[in-house]
Amino acid sequence: MEPTSAAEIAARLEETGYLSDEGLATVTFLALRMQRPLLLEGEPGTGKTALAEAIAAGLGLPLVRLQCYEGIDATQALYDWDFPRQILHLRALEAAGGTNDVTEAEKSLYDERFLLARPVLAALQQAPAVLLVDEVDRADDEFEAFLLEVLSTYQVTIPELGTVRASTPPVVVLTSNRTRELHDALKRRCLYHWIDHPAPAREMAIVRSRAPEISAALTEQVVAVTQGLRAEGGLQKPPGVAETLDWARALHHLGTTELDLATASATLGALVKYREDGERVRQALDRMLRP
Amino acid sequence: MSATLAASGPPGAAGPVRGGDEVLLGFTWALRAAGVAVSQDRAQGYLAAVALVGAGDRRATYAAGRATLCASPDDLLRHDQVFEAWFGSPHELPRAQPTPTTTTTYSALPATDADGSGGGEEQDVVRAAASDTEVLRHRDVATMSAAERQRLAAMFADLPVRAPLRRTPRRVAGPRGRVDASATLRASLRRMGEPAEIRWRRRGVRPRRVVLLLDVSGSMSGYADPLLRLAHRMTCVLPGVETFTLGTRLTHLTRALGARDPERALVAAGASVPDWSGGTRLGETLQAFSDRWGQRGMARGAVVVIFSDGWERGDTSLLAEQVARLQRIAHRLVWVNPHRGKEGYEPVQRGVLAVLPHVDDFVAGHSLATYARLMEVIARA
Repeated sequence: MEPTSAAEIAARLEETGYLSDEGLATVTFLALRMQRPLLLEGEPGTGKTALAEAIAAGLGLPLVRLQCYEGIDATQALYDWDFPRQILHLRALEAAGGTNDVTEAEKSLYDERFLLARPVLAALQQAPAVLLVDEVDRADDEFEAFLLEVLSTYQVTIPELGTVRASTPPVVVLTSNRTRELHDALKRRCLYHWIDHPAPAREMAIVRSRAPEISAALTEQVVAVTQGLRAEGGLQKPPGVAETLDWARALHHLGTTELDLATASATLGALVKYREDGERVRQALDRMLRP
Repeated sequence: MSATLAASGPPGAAGPVRGGDEVLLGFTWALRAAGVAVSQDRAQGYLAAVALVGAGDRRATYAAGRATLCASPDDLLRHDQVFEAWFGSPHELPRAQPTPTTTTTYSALPATDADGSGGGEEQDVVRAAASDTEVLRHRDVATMSAAERQRLAAMFADLPVRAPLRRTPRRVAGPRGRVDASATLRASLRRMGEPAEIRWRRRGVRPRRVVLLLDVSGSMSGYADPLLRLAHRMTCVLPGVETFTLGTRLTHLTRALGARDPERALVAAGASVPDWSGGTRLGETLQAFSDRWGQRGMARGAVVVIFSDGWERGDTSLLAEQVARLQRIAHRLVWVNPHRGKEGYEPVQRGVLAVLPHVDDFVAGHSLATYARLMEVIARA
């Protein structure tokens, strides 16, 4: 079950349709063996989140996802009490003639059945599991400090119930879009990897493995265009692999087997998401597709 | 590529690996000398990782180093260079870059503490110094002498800075709003389950992010020092201030300004900006900012403050386009122009004309008094 080499990891990931390169496979292998969280940075759409999903699928582990946002706090990440149900329970106790013993009543309130496990606690309870902490750079520094605590001990203390410790530390994958620099203390805890846009051959392989129904000629053309757009620069949001796939699928749905200017312009919405970018891509396509 | 080191060839091919850990540790020292923050535990993590993948595998060693010793794309770049130098040819050690040492000399303060002054004279001196301070507050910082700048630097510490606020989804206890079920329940429990008074909670507030973009091109060189002090002062007081310099390239300065002591922070900032008083490519650097940081979220909903005189040579259409884009992302875009508050100023430069339609506030920024007003504008944003 436990992978013994980076090559084996790469093979496992490939079975789920995720094509990794050597660096990524090695760092994933190290993260698993050293039981350290893996911090992934890189351009949007290069497969940071998808890696966590692939690891979970490849190792046959449940995936628990924590989406970070500005203002997220420990109760949204760890656990919360189901207050409405607790109040109902209290009323029920009373209606049943109930107990007048406060400690007894309180004890029955903070029972595990009223505990709402949020992602981090869920990952610890379900261990072994894969915990994906997505877009950690969106959360505030306070939340980062809290994560640090959980990631260094893999345990959580609930005052009313006691300490929950993971029997096996979960595989933790953190992704960041670099909207702000993460704290050194958190980075030190993690293994770091920067995911780049893939080389043409790898991107072609990715499209083939994710969308095998698309013709080889179309795949080649689509990849050539997106690679060209990235190299050319000047776009507000250069297409990621996710956009390449979207576009290829869109073209396929229209029955296209060979790229032409008309269908390409009609489906640009799958590739670029800004009006200004649309203009630029149309001009670039004009150049690329006109022999 | 010559891979001749014991740790790089296949085991046995280059003789027994002796002191392999020393070689690896030496590499971490070289990396530290090249400017990567390699802490002790990182170095240990590196050794553990190399032991896992096998020191005989050069490429795996390379990958392990990137994973355990680096924390940003800049680090990765340095790692690759040092790796090449260290494991490529073992006899040639990478030379440590000399760290720039900058000494700050304090020139004498004005003679407010001149010895031998009598009681009456002292009063006069204090009053003179006070009115002097007032004058200094309104003087154009670019025309000051070194001694006046030193005095002004101390005055930055008293600049009133308040954070702009935004409402948050998270609720806090308050006298009205929504029912706080958990607090109500706890209050009720204290009375043995009897219904107690109802507790409420409502939306809280949090400070809004502030992003400062400082133009450090030649035409702004007289303002570089006070602007950095202003940025440092804001970084000290407000949470989540991000600072960049715009010149011929974009430099992220937040880290350098993190030191508490303003002089140390300024020295660090000075060392990390490669293009002081260079040319301006305002449009391009703003585009770089939006591409790499702004659009992904740093400028989203933030108060973005650009300090620049808008001196753009050549075509200003890119500048206008980028400022418009930034304004769409930001909560509020403030443009601070050092010439705005001067007598007889007309916004006629092409760069300024191009951006004016897209900024929310266009304010002066040449003296301490104008900076205080700017702080008001930011706090109200």
